[in-house]
Parts: sequence; structure tokens; C-alpha cells
Amino acid sequence: MSSSFLQHLVNGISLGSLYALVAIGYTMVYGILRLINFAHGDIFMMGTYFAFFGIMTFHLPWPLAFIVAIIATALLGMLIERAAYKPLRDAPKNSLLISAIGVSFLLENLAIYVFSGKPKAFPNIPLFADTLGVAGVKIQFISFFIPTVTLIFLAILLYVINHTKLGMAMRAVSKDYETAMVMGIDTNRIISITFVIGSTLAAVGAIMWGIRYTQIQPMMGVMPGLKCFVAAVVGGIGNIKGAVVGGFILGLGEVLLIAALPNMTGYRDAFAFILLILILLFRPTGILGEKITEKV
Amino acid sequence: MKRVFTIVLCILLAMTMAAGCSSQAAAPAANDQDVIKIGVFEPLTGANAAGGELEVEGIKLANELYPEVLGKKVELVIVDNKSDKAEAANAAIRLIEKEKVTAIIGSWGSSLSMAAGAPIEENKVPTVGASCTNPLVTKDNDYYFRVCFIDPFQGTVMARYAYNNLGAKKAAIIQELSNDYAVGLANFFKEEFVKLTGDPNAVVEIANYQTNDTDFTAQLTNIKGKNPDVIFAPGNFTESAMIVKQARTLGIETPFIGGDTWETDEFIQVGGDAVEGVVFSTFFDPSAALTPETKVFLDAYAKAYPNRQPAAVTALGYDAYLLILDAIERSGTTDSVAVRDAIAATKDFPGAAGPITLDENGDAIKDAVIKTVKDGKFTYMDTVKAN
Repeated sequence: MSSSFLQHLVNGISLGSLYALVAIGYTMVYGILRLINFAHGDIFMMGTYFAFFGIMTFHLPWPLAFIVAIIATALLGMLIERAAYKPLRDAPKNSLLISAIGVSFLLENLAIYVFSGKPKAFPNIPLFADTLGVAGVKIQFISFFIPTVTLIFLAILLYVINHTKLGMAMRAVSKDYETAMVMGIDTNRIISITFVIGSTLAAVGAIMWGIRYTQIQPMMGVMPGLKCFVAAVVGGIGNIKGAVVGGFILGLGEVLLIAALPNMTGYRDAFAFILLILILLFRPTGILGEKITEKV
Repeated sequence: MKRVFTIVLCILLAMTMAAGCSSQAAAPAANDQDVIKIGVFEPLTGANAAGGELEVEGIKLANELYPEVLGKKVELVIVDNKSDKAEAANAAIRLIEKEKVTAIIGSWGSSLSMAAGAPIEENKVPTVGASCTNPLVTKDNDYYFRVCFIDPFQGTVMARYAYNNLGAKKAAIIQELSNDYAVGLANFFKEEFVKLTGDPNAVVEIANYQTNDTDFTAQLTNIKGKNPDVIFAPGNFTESAMIVKQARTLGIETPFIGGDTWETDEFIQVGGDAVEGVVFSTFFDPSAALTPETKVFLDAYAKAYPNRQPAAVTALGYDAYLLILDAIERSGTTDSVAVRDAIAATKDFPGAAGPITLDENGDAIKDAVIKTVKDGKFTYMDTVKAN
């Protein structure tokens, strides 16, 4: 029993770390633009395909393929911002949201059209896929790797935001867009950088997702995308540490729910959304969120 | 610059829309009177796309070999049901109301077939399923038939295999809860396995998952704790392959057995080394030719798709088309009720995947084939007689 509990714990932590990485992207874009970027889950999906084609079609060694995939995904994120969100900067927030949903559908259908709807097997990378047996618990190396990478990125990000000029500019834009612009901050550049960072983390998460779950298909971003959005809200949308906390709560909660109540497996996805409803009812600012007075 | 982006986006959008409706832009028929339309609704995108494509391969092949009936050209109208139950019903309604087809073939996946059952019966359009094996597809539906055996038989065969060949006394089941096929198969397996072992608790764990899930580690960890002799995992090939793979990385060495849905190339591609040695029941194997039509089919397939082995569902798609053509021929008309009666009366029809005799429910009575994965290939093991 204790060994299976440990196994559940490991599974939950690695799932939670993946959610956390993707949730950071949601939360950052929301912090700056007050936009829920529904295309984020599909950017995540494109990340896995870029890595897949880098290895399978262009025969790049995997470290290079991963770097290329991360860069390509980051550029895609920036391109989407330029094409779909920037023209709507002065439009009502609803238009921006609709544009985000449109981009999401575009990416999904484009992927079905170009990559075909058939699922593909993500290439096997022995270094990560090998397992380690400890006290009856089998752990894949990737399971250690995922939380480590998540925490490293979190640390870097927090440093950048709190201790660099760029971070100061980002915080300024997020507090008050117009005033920041008046103060001489190149807001468009800051927004682009935000999308690049968010998409980079999505790509990192996507590659690790591919290694861990070994199968990719065009609709794979939808459910994780929604769940990471929930994670971001649970942690307090706009708050990066909150996104990570939310990701871990969601990942561990899902796995432990199945572990403790096997009959409730069918409610796995519902768990995330019930959590969302509860948070919105009782603590709309999320666990770590500050109370923000709505800008008029 | 902004304009360029807008134009590029517009073009991309138009492309995706074109992809969405690219069902069958066949040359427009000269006159509706000269063609007989047969509708095909299959999953061509989504989780079941690989299965749907295999069936369509067989249907198209049959259409190429036998393009005419009653002196008229047969036109296939292929629509995508997107592996989605709601879309499956829409696809069937579209075939019936817009395309006014004489008969329908489909769909891979019992859930998808059942979703289309109501509009099919209401509009009295005779329909033949190729590989949908849940009993409820044809039960109480006078217009739905199929050319394959049904789950009670398949579930029983696998339970006997687990008990007799693997010597299993304790089994675990991991089923795709949102899939009627998987749940049906799991129930029939459980019933027979309990009967064989005489132990009401012989099935030690029933774990569930949902279509499109990717993380099965929690369910598998629970199963691991129960230490079964065999794991029965009926479900879609993609999820199943991932289950076997994740089970192996969790250190579960227990044999996995499953159903006919596993027989797609994607199952082996996704599963890789992990699926070596899994065993499943299916409909047909090219190495055991069953009727003269089998040879016709195999030759045509080899010509159309060199370097590939035909899957059972491809042969069944081929048979479904042949069965409809034969019924139209025998009834001498395209009147839906007459065609329906002709299909229902089918007896010893020589199909590529074995002789077809339909019982009173419209289900084919057929033998089952047991296959395994060996060296990355599906390999024939045994045939289990229908009776």
C-alpha cells in the first residue's frame, strides 16, 4: 500500500509540474493583457509536433531538435500575438477573447489538415524513458526531470520579473498599460516578450509531455489547455507562483482522486472544473491572488 | 504588414475549411437516375481515424472492383464522423437527407454506430456495419446489420484464452468507460471468466478511463497493487497502446489481452517494444484464406497497397460493400425496404473475411481469430470456431 501510495505521489507530482509549466503561460498573458489566451493549449500542441518533426523528419539529434522546437514555438506565440491580438489592442476585451478562440480553432484544424488526424508516436529518448526502481516503485527519469525543470524555470522567471529592468517594465505594463506607455515603456515589445516566454514554457512542457505520454495528436492541447487555465485560476490568475501551486494541486488532486476512489475515475476531468467553480464561488482571486480593483 | 498577416490568416482559414468539407468531392454525377449512392460514415479524424481509414480502404477497393449494379454506376459518398458521437448522428442524417443514399456503410466504433442508429431506423435506410461489435448496434434496429461477430462472443473467447492458455486465476480489467464497445466487451469477459474460475471475485479490479485520456498511471498503480495474472484492456488502439506502455514503465509485467480494435499500425507505432506479446481477438487473417473472394481481395489489396498487410477491418469494409451490392442485385431495385429484406435474408455469402450468414438480429455468425504482436508485426496464433 505504501509503495503504491509513493508511486501515486510521483505520478501526481510529474503531472502537476507539467500543468504548472503551461499554466504559467496563461497567467502571464492574463497579467499583462487581461486576456485568457485560449490558443495556449494549441501552442502547446504545436510544440510537440515541432519536436516530433525535428527528430523524425529532419533527423536532428534530440537536444538540437528540442531547442529548435522551443524557438519555433516561441516565434509562433509571438506571431499569433502580432496577427491576432495586436490589431485588437483598443477593442473591447470580448473581441480579444473571441480572437483567441478563433486562433485556437485555426491551429487545431490546421494541424489536422497538415499533420493528419492520426495520432503519432513521440520518439523514444532512452535517457528519459529509462526507469529506476526504488523500493518497489518504478520511476522514469523523466519523472524527476519534469519537476526539476519546472522549478528551475520558475526561479529564473521570478528573478527576471522581480530583479531586472525587463521585469520591472512587465510589472508596470500589467499594473497600468496606458501609464506605462506614457512613461516611455515600449509596451508592444513587452507584450511580445511575454508571449515568447509563455510559449517557450508551453514548448518545454509539451516536449516533456511527449516524452512522458509518448503519443501526440492535433487535439491533444485542448484538455490540458483547459486544465492549465483552471490551474492558473486556482492559484490566482496573474500570479506566477500561484500558477505553479495551482498546477500541483490539480495534478496531485487528479491522481490521488483516482487512487483513493477508483470508481470516480470518470469524474477525473470534472474534478478540475468543480475545483474551478468552487474557487470562483469562494475565493475568486485564487489561492495566492491579490485583490485587484477593477480598472475602469 | 498587418494586411499581409490578415491575408495569410484568411488563406489558412480557407484551407482548413476546405479540409473540413473534403469528404468526397467526386465528379458530379451526370444524372441522379444513373447512379446509386452508397453512403459511408467513418471516423477519418480524431482518436479513431486510423481505424476509419482502414475500413474506407476496403470499401474503396470493393467499389473499384465492383463499380456497377443493376446497370448503374455506384457512387460512394464518404463523410467524416470525427470520432464523435454527436457528429456520427449528424453524418448519418446528412447522408440520408442531403445525399439521399440507398444504403449506408459504417462505422468503425460501436458508439459511433449506435449514435447513428436512430436516424437510420427512422428513415428506413439499410445500413451495414463493418466492424462495430457491440450487440446493441443491431438489436431492435431492423435496418442495421453487420458483417462481423459480436462482443459476447469476442469477450468469451478472450476469457477462455486467459483461463485455458495463460492459466490465469485472477484478472484485472481496464476499460474505456465512454466507449460502449469496451464496456460491453469487459462485461462479457468478466461473466465468462467468473464462470470458468468458479470464483465470484476472480476479477480483482475494474479500472476505468475516458476516451482521449493520456495519463493512466493512477489506474495502473491501483491494478499493480492487486497483482492480477492477466489484464484485459478493451478500448481504442491509441489509449490501449499507451496503457500497455505506461504499465511496462511502472514495472507491470502481467500479460495484456484485448479486442479487435488493436489491429492497426498505430497500435504498434505508439506502443513500440512495450506491446510485444500482447494477445487480442480479431476477425480475419490473410494467412488463413476463407473463401474464393479472399484471394480476389488479397490480390487487389497487394496491388493497391504494396508492402502492407490488409487489416481485418479493411476486409470487413470490403465485405460490407459487397453485401449491399448483392442485396441490391437480388432485390432488383433500390427501394430501401426491399434492399433491407434482401440483406436480412443473406445466407452463406462468400465474403473476403469468411462466409457471411446473418442471424435474426442482423449479426454475422463467424469464427474469431487470435493474434499476437511478434517482432513488431501482428502474427496469427489460433482460430476459435463460432459454435
